[in-house]
Amino acid sequence: MKFTGTDTYVATADLKVAVNAAITLERPLLVKGEPGTGKTVLAHEIAGALGRPLIQWHIKSTVKAQQGLYEYDAVSRLRDSQLGDARVQDIGNYIIRGKLWEAFTAPDRPVLLIDEIDKADIEFPNDLLLELDRMEFYVYETRETVKALARPIVVITSNNEKELPDAFLRRCFFHYIRFPDRETMQSIVDVHFPGIHKELVREALNVFYDVRETPGLKKKPSTSELLDWLKLLLAEDLPVEVLRQRDPGKLIPPLHGALLKNEQDVHLFERLAFIARRERGN
Amino acid sequence: MFANFFLALREAKVPASLKEYLTLMEAMKANVASYSVEDFYYLSRSCLVKDEKNLDKFDRVFGQCFNGLEFVSDEVTAEIPEEWLRKLAEKVLTPEEMAKIEALGGFDKLMETLKERLAEQKGRHQGGSKWIGTAGTSPFGAYGYNPEGVRIGQDKSRNRRAVKVWDKREYKNLDDTVELGTRNIKVALRRLRQFAREGAEMELDLPDTIRATANNAGWLDLKLVPERHNKVKVLILFDIGGSMDDHIRVCEELFSAARAEFKHMEFFYFHNCLYEKLWKDNRRRHAAFLPTWEVLHKYGNDYKLIFVGDATMSAYEIVYPGGSVEHWNEEAGQVWIERVLRIYQKAIWLNPVPEKYWDYTPSVQLLRQLMSDRMYPLTLGGLERGMRELSR
Repeated sequence: MKFTGTDTYVATADLKVAVNAAITLERPLLVKGEPGTGKTVLAHEIAGALGRPLIQWHIKSTVKAQQGLYEYDAVSRLRDSQLGDARVQDIGNYIIRGKLWEAFTAPDRPVLLIDEIDKADIEFPNDLLLELDRMEFYVYETRETVKALARPIVVITSNNEKELPDAFLRRCFFHYIRFPDRETMQSIVDVHFPGIHKELVREALNVFYDVRETPGLKKKPSTSELLDWLKLLLAEDLPVEVLRQRDPGKLIPPLHGALLKNEQDVHLFERLAFIARRERGN
Repeated sequence: MFANFFLALREAKVPASLKEYLTLMEAMKANVASYSVEDFYYLSRSCLVKDEKNLDKFDRVFGQCFNGLEFVSDEVTAEIPEEWLRKLAEKVLTPEEMAKIEALGGFDKLMETLKERLAEQKGRHQGGSKWIGTAGTSPFGAYGYNPEGVRIGQDKSRNRRAVKVWDKREYKNLDDTVELGTRNIKVALRRLRQFAREGAEMELDLPDTIRATANNAGWLDLKLVPERHNKVKVLILFDIGGSMDDHIRVCEELFSAARAEFKHMEFFYFHNCLYEKLWKDNRRRHAAFLPTWEVLHKYGNDYKLIFVGDATMSAYEIVYPGGSVEHWNEEAGQVWIERVLRIYQKAIWLNPVPEKYWDYTPSVQLLRQLMSDRMYPLTLGGLERGMRELSR
């Protein structure tokens, strides 16, 4: 079982090594990187490439580690007991399985995605240490131990909002997705838009990397934004000449809404355009 | 087997543990890295480094430990002596020359010419446009200018290997000893947030109450839980103008990060050293200011105080009454600083000037003494240390 990238995902050599190490040694893979560099998509692609089911667990600030294992639905039980339901006798009826349980008991070794683990509480990763290490946990209510049939391939993504505890990190393989260089970006675009006009891509990449290099941007556009923008450019059927125009007065790229995501950045560009115009006037 | 490498990593303060080293050994045994230096580099990086800020240190150590290891290429490469390649020299050519080189032909043509040239060549030389050497315009060899020349013997994707990956040191800007940059502001935010997650209040825990009541067979059992409550209050005093203009960007970033993070955040500006006046709007500093006394009265001692300034000035501005460059101050800056520090027990000074230059400026040493050594550089590492001091 080896991951070599797919026809819809460009994996760099170092990413492949990390993924294969995680698969072979059955340890979780922690993926970090700028937003929009394909961290979440990676899990989808691994599942697709290996033909495994994908179980996704999206983490929010309110999610508790326990919810990934199971939840005890006390309210239903309380209600049922008031109604005199016979089900109330068996506590097992009120145990709701979480994503980890689902992944542990899946018949086919699945891919488990724990998305944006840094969004959760600071203690969250610590609470999952043992579960991810031994791939088993104990259900107090029913006094049973749930053990993984086959250790799932665990992919964990983080946006770096919180630091993860050392003990947790020690158990993972780590990969930092660097922002793709021009060549990699070119192949990513080719994969997503086969048959796209080469000229258009070249000019679009020029504009894109120019935008990224503008000092003082609050949010630099990333891969996913580039792909959205290209989709828009294609939909609008803009001629290449529009992009090629290096008229400093028109510094703001066409359809910039896909690239610049907050008003300060748009203002910054407008200001730069204004300055460029004024300098030309002199 | 790679114990030396592992120890060198620890030496360089990459926090790799024994468990991670054993994982690497396990992975090697399981043949994850199939006998190639590059794969081994990727694998060991993935095993031993768990934070992108350490990637650069790792690259450096890897370069040292495995210096001299070459890639085993399965394709025929031109045998250009390494020392030639090492002599990096880039030469900017005139447009005419560029046109000439491009006219040489495509990739195949290049390879063909290379063979001929190699056969002709007897010794090393530098420059010129026919022989292979460094910094010439010949398409063969490295680092000279030729749009096609750098890719000898390798197909397109392999070309990236021309420089060893770890020698590229692409993660340089993620090292935490580097001054805060645009990208790193998010990390700074995280530090401050950690520090903001403190304080406790009592609040009804609904799920737990329900669970407890159910366990209690329907008898109400109230459960209370401490609330995660951001009760940290911060007072930030920024030095503004003059020598601080060089650091304005970092301060802006720190400011916006802190602003987003704390509900109770107050900020004021001062110039060079703290005196009897503070202001909020730098353009109207002479019209709309607040007496420092008023600020001290208004914000209680549960505020944590952060000074941000380069502390670079003449010593008179700190020590003598009337030392200020802007106005006549009745009391010396020193007196004001001591007064403020008596009220705010939790106080630090963040200095955007790199730590290694502090010793050369007497005023920095003075203020550092006044702050009882609680001065930290405005880097990620310094910020972290400062926050730790504040939350102690």
